[in-house]
Amino acid sequence: MTAIAAIATRRRRQDRVARGLLALGTMLALIPLALILYYLIVKGIGAWSWSFFTTDPTGSFFGDPGGIKSAILGTIEIVGLATALAAPVGIGVAIWLVEYGKSNPVATAVRYFIDVMTGVPSIVFGLFIYITLVLSGIGGTFAGWKGAVALALLALPIVTRSAEVVLVLVPDTLREAGLALGAPRWKVITRVVLPAALPGIVTGVLLAVARAAGETAPLIFTATIVKTSSFDLGAPMNSLPAQIFSDVGQAQDRLVTRAWGAALTLVALIFLFTTLARLFARRSAVR
Amino acid sequence: MIGRPPLARLPDRLVKWGLAALSVGILLLIGFFFVRLYIEARPAFEKFGFFGFTFTNNWDVHAAHFGALPLLVGTLITSGVALVIGVPVAVATALFTTEFCPRRFRGPLAATVDLLAAVPSVVYGLWGFFVLIPKLRPAEQWFSDKFSFLPFVGGHVAGPSYFIAGLVLAIMIIPIVSAITREVISTVPTDQKEAALALGATRWEMIRMAVLPYSRAGITGAAMLGLGRAMGETIAATIVIGNAPVIGKSLFDQGYTLAAVIANEFGEAAADPLHRAALIAAGLVLFVMTLIVNAVARGIIVRGPARERGTASEAFGATG
Amino acid sequence: MNPEVRDPLVRPSEVSKRREVQQERSKERVPSQRGRDVVLEHLTAFYGDNPAVSGVSLHFKANDVTAIIGPSGCGKSTLVRCINRMHEEIPGTRVEGKVMLDDVDVYGPGSDPVAVRAAIGMVFQKANPFPTMSVFDNVAAGLRLTGKKGRDLNGRVESALKGAGLWEEVKDRLDRPGSALSGGQQQRLCIARAIAVQPEVILMDEPCSALDPQATLRIEELISELKTRYTIAIVTHNMQQAARVADSTAFMLNGELVEFAPTDKIFTNPSDSRTEDYVTGRFG
Repeated sequence: MTAIAAIATRRRRQDRVARGLLALGTMLALIPLALILYYLIVKGIGAWSWSFFTTDPTGSFFGDPGGIKSAILGTIEIVGLATALAAPVGIGVAIWLVEYGKSNPVATAVRYFIDVMTGVPSIVFGLFIYITLVLSGIGGTFAGWKGAVALALLALPIVTRSAEVVLVLVPDTLREAGLALGAPRWKVITRVVLPAALPGIVTGVLLAVARAAGETAPLIFTATIVKTSSFDLGAPMNSLPAQIFSDVGQAQDRLVTRAWGAALTLVALIFLFTTLARLFARRSAVR
Repeated sequence: MIGRPPLARLPDRLVKWGLAALSVGILLLIGFFFVRLYIEARPAFEKFGFFGFTFTNNWDVHAAHFGALPLLVGTLITSGVALVIGVPVAVATALFTTEFCPRRFRGPLAATVDLLAAVPSVVYGLWGFFVLIPKLRPAEQWFSDKFSFLPFVGGHVAGPSYFIAGLVLAIMIIPIVSAITREVISTVPTDQKEAALALGATRWEMIRMAVLPYSRAGITGAAMLGLGRAMGETIAATIVIGNAPVIGKSLFDQGYTLAAVIANEFGEAAADPLHRAALIAAGLVLFVMTLIVNAVARGIIVRGPARERGTASEAFGATG
Repeated sequence: MNPEVRDPLVRPSEVSKRREVQQERSKERVPSQRGRDVVLEHLTAFYGDNPAVSGVSLHFKANDVTAIIGPSGCGKSTLVRCINRMHEEIPGTRVEGKVMLDDVDVYGPGSDPVAVRAAIGMVFQKANPFPTMSVFDNVAAGLRLTGKKGRDLNGRVESALKGAGLWEEVKDRLDRPGSALSGGQQQRLCIARAIAVQPEVILMDEPCSALDPQATLRIEELISELKTRYTIAIVTHNMQQAARVADSTAFMLNGELVEFAPTDKIFTNPSDSRTEDYVTGRFG
C-alpha cells in the first residue's frame, strides 16, 4: 500500500481552473493596454509629419487644419511652470513634515490632507482656480499661468508624498553625524539629507510632471483652448490635452486624425517621463 | 557658556518657521477653496434647496431648472459598472502577479499593468469613442435584444452609454486597485502561507485559506479608492457617455455624470450666473462624495509598508 | 576517545531516569502502528548553488521520536523542511536525493507535494494559527480541504484537540479566534491542526523555542504521547529537550550528519569528537 493518498481530482481541477481564471483576468487587464497602444500608433503615426509639429492649428473646419505646434509649446510651458511651482513647495512641505513636524498634531493634519488631495478629482482643482483666479478677474480671464497653478495643486501631493517617503528612509545616523559636527539643522538638511534623498525626490517630480501633462479638466477653465502659439503665460494658452479634447468633438476626419496624432505625441511624452521616473526610482533603491 | 550668537541661529529658525508656514498654508488653502466653492454654489442651493438641487430629476438648462439627480445617478451607475468589471480583473491580476507569475516576470508584469495609469484621460476618451463604441455596438445590441427581460436592459443601442463609460472607467481604475492589492497581498506573512501549504493545500486553496482572508480589508480599501477615482473621472466620461441630462432607462442609454456636466456645459454657463452656480454646486457635491469615499478607503487600508511602496503607483491618479 | 564524557551538559543519571519514566508511560498504551519509517538517502538541499544540507542519510524509525540537534546554521531546519517538500517553496532552491516514506520516494517522479504534505505534518517554530479563523476552524482547516463536514468534522476536531491536550481548555470557546489563546495554547492548537488530518509523520521545527518552560514541558509530554501514533522528528537547539523526549538523536554540523545514535549514547558516549565537543558545550 502506498503511504501517500492522492489528492482528489476535484481539488486539482479547482486549482487549475483558478489558475486559468486568474491568468484570464490578467489578460483582460493587458488587452486594453495593447489595443490602446495599437490604435494610437496606427492612427496617430499617419498624422505625424514635419508640418504637424511646426504649424499651429488653423481653426478652419474645412481645408487645412494645421498642426499642433501651439499645443506642444503650451503643454511645455504650462507644465513647466506648474512643476516650478509644485516642486519647491512640495519638497518644502515634505522636509517640514519629516524633519520638524514629525508626529505632532499639526503635521498629522497636514499629512492627512495632503493624502486627501490625491483623491480630489482634477476638475475640482480646475473649479477652485476658476473661482479664485478667473472669476475674480485677477490678471484677465483665462491665462496659461492660471492653468499652471491648477496643475501645480494636482502635482503637489505627488511630490510631497514621494519626497516624504524617501526623506524618512534617510538614516538618522547621517543626520546625527552632521549635527555632531556642529552644523546647523538647515545645513544638515540641505547638505546631507537632501542629497541622499535626491533620486527619490526626482522620481516624485517626474511622476508629477507625467501626471500634470495629461490633465485636461483643470485647463479648460483656466487656460482654455486657443490656436496660436505664444510665450505669454498671461494670456490663454493651448495645450495638448485641450487640443485633443477640442478635436474629438468635431465630426471631421482630418481633425480626428490630428487628435490621434496629438494623442500619440502626448502619450509618448508621458511614457518618457514615466520611464525616466522608474529609472530614477531604481537608482534610489540601489544604494 | 557655549552657544551661537542669535544671528547665527536665525537661518535655522527661518527655515523651520518658513516651512511650517508653507505646510499649514496648504491646509488653509484647501479650507479656503472649500469655502469659496460653497459660496459660489450657494445661489443654486438657495434657489432649489440642497435636497432639491441634489435629488430632483430635472436638469433643464433652457428652463433654468437644475435638479442634479440624473447626474448623481449617472455617476453612481458608471462607477458601479466600473467597480463590477474593474475590481475582479484588478484583484485577479494582483493575485496572478504575486502568487503565480514566475519570479522574473513579476516586476515587468506589474510595471506593464501600471502603464494603464499613464494613459491620460482624454486619450481614453478618444479611444473609447472611436474604437470601443463602434466595435462593441453590435454585441451590445445583441445583448440588449437577447436579455431585454432583465431590468435596465433593452431598447436601441445608440453608441455612447452608461455601459461604455463604465467600461472605460473600469480600465482606468485597474492600475490603482491592482497596485494596492499587490501591496496588500505581499504583506501576508509567509508563515501563514506555509501553515496552509504544510496542511496539504493546493496553491489556490492556500490563497483562499491564508491570503484572501488576511487581505480582505486592504482589498476593500483598494476598491473604494478605485470608486473614488471612477466618480471623479471627467474627460473620458464626458466623451463617451452621451451627455444626456436624463436618467436612461437602459444600461446602454446615454447619460450624464456630475463631472461630465461641468466639463461639458462650462462654456455656455459662462454668461449665466445661475447655470454657473449650478455647475459649481454639482462640483461641490462631487467633491464631498469623493472626500468621503477616499477617507473611508484610507481608513481601511493598512498603512505602513503598503503606503510607502504604493506611492509611485498612487501617483498616477489622472481623473480628468 | 573517552568512554565516559567528562562534564556533559546532560548528566547520564538524568537521561536514564527520564527514559525509564517514558518507557513506563508508553507501556500503558497499545501501540497503534500509525507511524511509518522515513528514510533519507543522500539528501542534499541547495539554496541556489549553496548546499545547506549535504549527502545526509538518516533513518527515522516508525513511532519513535528522533531529535536533530546542532549549532545554528547547521542545516537542521532545512533538512526537516525537505521531508515534507516545503523547502522547494522557497524560490531558487533545489533538492537532490531521496526521502522514502516506507516504500514511496517523496521526491519520486509521480509524487505530488500537496499529497506529501497531507501525509507528513509540520509544526513550526512560531505558532501560526490562522488569525481570521476561530479555534474550531483552525483545527478543521485541513479537514475541510478533503471535504469533511458536519458531525464527522466535529468529531475529528474534538479528537484532534484532545490528542493535543487542548480540548479541556477550549471546548467552551471553540468559536473564539485562534489568536486569542496564549503562546503555549496556540502551539498546541497548531499541533491539533496538524494531527487532525491524520498524517503519519509529524515534523517539529523548534516548536518550543518561543515558549516559557511550563508550556514547553506540556508540549514535551504531548510529544511522548503522540509518538505512539506518529513518527516524530523534532529539531531542537535545546539539548536537554532532546535528552528528555527523543529516542534517537542526530547531530548535524555544517550541513552534514556527524553522528546518529540512540539518545543516551549521544549524550554519554558519543563516537565522534565533534559530537562530544557540542554536547559538552565547547561550542554552539
